Formats: sequence, structure tokens, C-alpha cells
Amino acid sequence: MRALRLGRWLRAGGLPVPVPPARAVLTAPGASPAPVPPRPTWQRGEPRPPPQQKVTVEVLDHLEHLALVDFRDAEGVERLQKAIQFADQLRDVNTDGVEPMDSVLEDRCLYLRDDDVTEGNCTNELLKNAREKVEEYFVAPPGNIPLPKLEERETFLQSS
Amino acid sequence: WEPVVGLEIHAQISSNSKLFSGSQVQFAAPPNSLVSFFDASLPGTLPVLNRRCVEAAVMTGLALNCSINKKSLFDRKHYFYADLPAGYQITQQRVPIAVNGSLSYSLCVDNKMSQMVTKTVRIKQIQLEQDSGKSLHDDTRSQTLVDLNRAGVGLMEVVMEPDMCCGEEAAAAVRELQLILQTLGSSQAVMAEGQLRVDANVSVHHPGEPYGVRTEVKNINSIRFLAKAVDYEIQRQIEELESGGTILNETRAFDAKLGCTVPMRDKEGKQDYRFMPEPNLPPLILYDAKSLPANMNHQQVVNIDLIHERLPDLPSVKRAKLVERYGILPEHSFTLLNEDGLTEFFENVVKQTQMKPKKVIGWILNDLLSYLKQHSLTVKESPVSSFLLADLLNLLEKKEISSTAAKHVLAELWKGERKTPLEIVKEKKLELIQDQKELEQICQAVIDGQENEVMAIKAGNLKVLNKLIGLVQRETRGRSNPVVVKQLLEKKLSQ
Repeated sequence: MRALRLGRWLRAGGLPVPVPPARAVLTAPGASPAPVPPRPTWQRGEPRPPPQQKVTVEVLDHLEHLALVDFRDAEGVERLQKAIQFADQLRDVNTDGVEPMDSVLEDRCLYLRDDDVTEGNCTNELLKNAREKVEEYFVAPPGNIPLPKLEERETFLQSS
Repeated sequence: WEPVVGLEIHAQISSNSKLFSGSQVQFAAPPNSLVSFFDASLPGTLPVLNRRCVEAAVMTGLALNCSINKKSLFDRKHYFYADLPAGYQITQQRVPIAVNGSLSYSLCVDNKMSQMVTKTVRIKQIQLEQDSGKSLHDDTRSQTLVDLNRAGVGLMEVVMEPDMCCGEEAAAAVRELQLILQTLGSSQAVMAEGQLRVDANVSVHHPGEPYGVRTEVKNINSIRFLAKAVDYEIQRQIEELESGGTILNETRAFDAKLGCTVPMRDKEGKQDYRFMPEPNLPPLILYDAKSLPANMNHQQVVNIDLIHERLPDLPSVKRAKLVERYGILPEHSFTLLNEDGLTEFFENVVKQTQMKPKKVIGWILNDLLSYLKQHSLTVKESPVSSFLLADLLNLLEKKEISSTAAKHVLAELWKGERKTPLEIVKEKKLELIQDQKELEQICQAVIDGQENEVMAIKAGNLKVLNKLIGLVQRETRGRSNPVVVKQLLEKKLSQ
């Protein structure tokens, strides 16, 4: 809202309207901006030494359990391997004596809200999202249905 | 065998709105009516920290002698459950708001409350975290009903080091923590309403050997059950190990009806919570008088020193003051503070009567409290008000009635028929006989009728005198002052 008002004020002659900086146009004018390339278009300079450990079946099974993903096939596992290699590049940076940063907000002020009731009372709106409901309760399956153990599952990992 | 007990306590913060959203905190409301878009973890919502929750945690940390971390951080703890819509809980795993405190509590050495021992348990840390929603399991239809009213309510998790060794110690520590939280007002800490939840970590080992495998016991709904659950689990582990078995590092639930712990269904193996920093919240910075920046908006500042100044008297201080001011015993002060409203009642009676507090306390703890307990009444529901009791005790003090008569009057007052003590005394003719001559006559009659006893007394057996006093009391139907009767009898017998 504030941005719109500012724009209106500027156009009304408050200040000269700033011109957006020129942007490099990669495709023909009129076409939509370049999509995400299907394959990486560049690689790191020196070929990295192959990683010390391959990702084991136990680790993959553990990940499937935790994040409820399914690696599907050899390509999926290979993609995971490449992702780990990619992330390993971080180890090249020397971080001795540097405090880890876990948020770009680290020098911002954490806003403290007053203890007033300002929200809630929207049961019907929330329940619109529910596929099933019983008298204003959300319905969920009974407890956590544990993912079957590796031996019992029919996944790619079984046969690897 | 040396048992080791540690506790993890979750106390619901007493606030109007939730920890990170503006929906209301209230027990027993229509399902899903106190839920904001953030609580339902709808996309595009962000957490906004509630100042009152921070202040509550700082107060609690100060009351438990903790060091308050001026910079604390928020993290995400991931796990899947229907009542945790976001799939993670915002908590403080790396740097919590308060660390390294202690809690002192007292235990009776024997069951008679005559000797109290003070023990201390170390507080590892206090952290702010979100509560989850509530699941109602409907096994018949094989489904779970989820109510998110509680999702997002602020909790203070108090982690105690494993310094306790039995159910009684755990119960006493939790009771003291409950009183402290209620005195501070940071939590109402009513276990029955889920505002105070306790999980116990129990293990046993031989002295000198390393600690044994521990189990976590959940589903403990009262302080009494806490003691039972801990003691049962200690016993179970000892029996298991002595018969050659091993203890699994598992989570067990306490079954109150059977009085035992059973393995819990849903907790399979060790959980990997994948802790990560909460990216939407900058560090929480607290200030004190020295570090307070000059131009900051007051509403945005939590000043530790200011909170420290405003701390009310903690239970241990209140007890010491009662003992000093009224000359009562420490055990008495414990009982006074333990019963909601009893201290106030006691002080009101003391104000309105001439009887010494040391004598009043006997009437409060022995007569009033036992009656209330027998009828499961709270002090507030007592049919006898402090005014009436003070009135009665005044009659006793002025020696207008005997203490036996006073007990009769009290029994009448319990009926709640709105009669004053004086009216009851007149009605039942319970006044002490003031007429000296009448008393002398009765004493003489008793002496005349008990020749053997009189001879025994004159021969030197003075204990028999009590029998004569008892007979006089019976004759006067409790309306004689035993001290006066004794004097009269002694005078007569020595003639």
C-alpha cells in the first residue's frame, strides 16, 4: 500500500521518477525471460577428487524415513551424490576463528509484540482446507503409521 | 542400587495470546476457534514474538537463580505428527534464554512432618518453545481428531539435571516449582488443565559404576502420579536387571489405572530432529540497566534488572517470614503455603483474635484443615469463615468455654447454619461454670464418692488425680475448667 502511494506521489510531480537500470536482455525482445536450464551450463574448474564414501543404502533408507522422500531410481541417487559433492565445495573455504552465521537477520532487531488477542475465530475458513472433518475437528490418520522397514518396501533401494 | 531421576517440565505461559501469533490462549474453547493462520501453518505466515512470554521466561529464570542469556536463539525441531501442522516446533535448542540455575525444595524425613530436609536440584536450562495441538484418538473409526487451539501456545521448558533419586524427591521438587510459578504468575501451573506437564527420565546403576540406560516416562497427570510412576519405573528396572534382562532406551507411558508404565506405541527408535536455526527470527536480545541503549522504544526492550526488582516474594521467603512473624514451626509454614488460601485465612484469624498465633495454628491445621480435607473442600469453600473462627477462639481465650466445648461449637459451626459461636454456646449450655461454690460442691461430691482413689493420691500416686478431674468434667458435662478443678481438688485433698 505504502509503495503504491509513493508511486502516485512521485508521478504527481513530487520528485522525478527514477528510471529502472537497464537490464541485459538474453532472449529476443518480446519473448519471456530465459527459463531455468535443464542441465548445468558450467562446471567448477579443476575436477574434484571423487568423494571418499559413497552414500550407503542405510543412509538412503534413513533419509527416506526422515524426510518421506522416495529416491525412485539410480538417477535420483546419483543426483543426491552430485548434490553432496556440490555442497562439499564449502569445505574449501577456511573458516577458522569465524563465528557461524545462521541468519541474514542476525543484526536485525527481533520485534516484540504486545500481548493482545488480535487473531483467531476463523474456524470455518480454516476447515475449508480440510478434506475430511468431524464437528470442527481436523481428521488425521491414527497416530504415525511407520514407514515399513526396508525389506518390506517396494522401492528402488530394495533392488540396489 | 542407586536410582537416578531427571525431569523435563513444560509449563504453559500465562498470557493472553500465543507465543508467535495473536490468537487467544484459553482452556476449553470450541475446537479450532482459537487458531490463527500462522498456528495452522498456512503458507506465507511468519512468527512474531510475544513480549509477555519473554518476560515470563526471564522472571522464571531469575526466580530459579539462572544466568539469563542476553542473546538467545530460536531453532526448528522437526518431526511429523498430526497435531504439529508445520512439521516442526520452534524452540531454543542451541542457546536458550536461561541456564545454570537451582531449585531448593524440602522433604519430610519421616511421614510425620516433624523433620524437614532441604535438597537442591540443578536447573540445566529454561527455553521458550511452542506447544503442539491436541490429538483425540478415535480407535473405533481408526482416525485422529485434531484441535489446534493449543498449537502455538508459549511454553517454558525447564530441564532439571538428574539430581533426584526417588518419586518423593521428584514430587517435592515439582510441587515447589509449581508454587514458584504460581507466585510469579508466569504460569498457572495447574497439572489437571495441562498447564504443567512433567516427563521423568529414570535409570538405575550400582554406586561407583557408570549410569544405566534411561527410559523416559510420559503421561503423568498429577504430582501424586509422578511419585508413583517414578517409583514404579525404578522398581521395574531393578527387577529387570536383577533377573538378567536389559533396559531399552525407550519412552514409556504411565497408566494411572494400573499404576504401571507401558512402552509407548509411536516412539520407534531414536528420533532425528534435524535441528536448524529458525530463519525467520533474529536473535533475542535482552538488556539490563548497564546495556540499555539510550534511544530505544520502551515497548521493544526487555530489561532484566527491572524484572528482577519487580519479582514478588518467593515461597521460601514467604515461609521464612511466616515463621519469624508468628513463631510457628517451619513444617506449619509448608502446610500453610501448600493449601490455596490457607495462609490468608490464618492471618485473618490472627488479626481478629487475642489468641497467640502459636495456638491459633493448631486450630487451623488440626481442626479446620482436617475438616476441609474430609469433605474435599477448598479453603474458599469453608462454611466457617475466619471471622467465625476468630470469634470462637476469643471465647476460648477469655476462658468462657473449655477447649472441649470449643470443639463442640466448631462441629456445630460446620453445619453452616449461620449461628454465632456465642449463640451456640448459650443454646447448648456449654459455658464454663464460673460459680466457685458450685464447682467446690461437685468436687467434694466426687471426692466423697471415690474413696480408693483418694487414698491412692494421699499415698503419693498423683496420676490418679487425673481420673478425679475426668469425673468432675463428666459431672459438669465438660463445663469445668480442668486447671481450676485440679487446683480445687488438690486443695481439698491436702486438707
